[in-house]
Amino acid sequence: MSVLINKDSRIIVQGFTGTEGTFHAGQMIEYGSNVVGGVTPGKGGQTHLDRPVFNSVSDAVKKAQANVSIIFVPPAFAADAIMEATDAGIELIVCITEGIPTKDMINVKEYLKGKKSRLIGPNCPGVMTAGECKVGIMPAFIFSKGTIGIVSKSGTLTYEAVDQLTKAGLGQTTAIGIGGDPIIGTTTKEAVELLMADPETEGIIMIGEIGGGMEAEAARWIKEHGTKPVVGFIAGQTAPKGRRMGHAGAIVGGKDDTAAAKMQIMRECGIHVVESPADLGVTMLKALGR
Amino acid sequence: MNLHEYQSKNILKKYGVRIQEGLVAESPEKALEAAKALSAQTGTKWFVIKAQIHAGGRGKGGGVKLAKGIDEVVPTAEKIIGMQLITPQTGAEGKKVHTVLIAEDVYYPGESEPKEYYVSILLDRSTGKNVLIASAEGGMDIEEVAEHHPEKLIKEIIEPSVGFQDFQARKVAFALGLEGNAFKEMITFLKNLYRAYNDIDASLFEINPVLKTSDNKIIAVDAKVDLDDNALYRHKDLEEMRDIREEDPFEVEAKASDLNYVKLDGNVGCMVNGAGLAMATMDIIKISGGEPANFLDVGGGANAKTVEAGFRIILKDSNVKAILINIFGGIVRCDRVATGIVEAYKKIGNIPVPIIVRLQGTNAEEGAKIINESGLKVFSAILLKEAAERVKEVLK
Repeated sequence: MSVLINKDSRIIVQGFTGTEGTFHAGQMIEYGSNVVGGVTPGKGGQTHLDRPVFNSVSDAVKKAQANVSIIFVPPAFAADAIMEATDAGIELIVCITEGIPTKDMINVKEYLKGKKSRLIGPNCPGVMTAGECKVGIMPAFIFSKGTIGIVSKSGTLTYEAVDQLTKAGLGQTTAIGIGGDPIIGTTTKEAVELLMADPETEGIIMIGEIGGGMEAEAARWIKEHGTKPVVGFIAGQTAPKGRRMGHAGAIVGGKDDTAAAKMQIMRECGIHVVESPADLGVTMLKALGR
Repeated sequence: MNLHEYQSKNILKKYGVRIQEGLVAESPEKALEAAKALSAQTGTKWFVIKAQIHAGGRGKGGGVKLAKGIDEVVPTAEKIIGMQLITPQTGAEGKKVHTVLIAEDVYYPGESEPKEYYVSILLDRSTGKNVLIASAEGGMDIEEVAEHHPEKLIKEIIEPSVGFQDFQARKVAFALGLEGNAFKEMITFLKNLYRAYNDIDASLFEINPVLKTSDNKIIAVDAKVDLDDNALYRHKDLEEMRDIREEDPFEVEAKASDLNYVKLDGNVGCMVNGAGLAMATMDIIKISGGEPANFLDVGGGANAKTVEAGFRIILKDSNVKAILINIFGGIVRCDRVATGIVEAYKKIGNIPVPIIVRLQGTNAEEGAKIINESGLKVFSAILLKEAAERVKEVLK
């Protein structure tokens, strides 16, 4: 078992024929992900990377039975792309695009209510089930199949965690990059819930950053319902108040936004919090009693 | 992106919000002209002279002064224009005042006591919706009110599908204890404020204080706007309002090279790919006994050109005693990055501080080899732990 995606996922790429879409779709195919086609409005009927191009997501669902979509379209058109995929009944939508206006995402979040689609991202590195399926931009070679799940707001910091795990002899089940924007489809808590329910996952790494209350919410849930060890880190312990640190959502507004406040709550909820991001792998080993 | 008070007020006025009228000036002479014109326009006899900088708490630092008559305008403006204004939000260096707003006096005596309120609209991250916040404790530091008297904050979540509703405006106006004409004006004020907030893609529109005048009008005395940078592409008119004199010159330069840079006060510079790893690298610097001098995300494609631009910006900061480069090569190969670093180093010439290069990911070993054999004053590391230890060593 795995979380969200596996070798049977039928994946389409929105923004298939663009530079980013082409490169990463190629990488996904190389990893063995079941990419069944792509969508570029106006280019329907063509073939790209030996796969069919469709005019719309609903065409791709009808003709190729797609159930997962990954989005690489530019920020101005990304909200529309997410809603199109939702309307077509896609189960899992992964939006990589960075820089979508907040107002657009407020509307998307509202649109998703009551629909069966789950959104991961935007502004995220995607989802990776080690040894099976990649729907994202994570470098595949650092992963190894195993029993640790990862939830993270950040791209390269996820790679760092995965790399440390692999070097410590701990493989991974699924890594979920939830994204660094203020409004995202799947929260830290929801992603942790998925991994907690996965029988193959034995331990969870939870990586957050300054801004918002998602890590605290996840920590409180873990305290009540957690059944597996969780190792946590919050990036931005040295970030000043009121300055946006790269990610649109990474900004300290009030007291609860700080790394220190989040780490404190996480500790109180029984999470193994590391001060240094260099200790993620070894701390997981210890938490598992190995 | 932030706007000045006068720019924010101009937007409000366009949306039918009553504001404290004013005119801007960049010299004492122009301030006098502005005061005369304002007097003719509004009949005001006193003038509030307000420094226009991107920071709050201006009054506390001497950036807002009252001129009781036209004769006091020039001497008061002289004191403020050109001053280095230090407020609780500017940091110790303060900010130079280039522009002042000459505003009408709105605290005139009349049938009732003037009273100040607080109103803002911003994104509520926990619900993913906008929220309007109001308080009868106007003119105060709203964070203090939130911390010590959360019961004094009125919050109305705005449903995205329908927007801010009349009943919500009435609810807020009643809760603020308003009646008569002031009650009616507050409802119009709130509805128009929301329209402005929504139309311009703001992430914050704060009016502190909102004033009920002695003749029961509701007006915006101050205004602060943060715009959503991601939405600026559809607001060219607002983008033109950018005042780069308010921004850190290093940050302006970094932006021109497509680098995401934030200047900090520490002694160890850093250059990283990815925002999360960049923050984590700053944390590593602190744990290793240093203080981060900056945040710098060079993005996905770390090549000789971006690395060189990054070096140049970091090296302008004379506090920097060492530089830590931390690249996790996923798609980008470490040997290419290493070659880029060596090229950039040689192009710049003599870099006076030690550099620690941590390359991990694709071809990490080859990358380390290129760094070690370059003959430059550069230390290589592969594990994050090693990089932290190198930083500790060079700071000794």
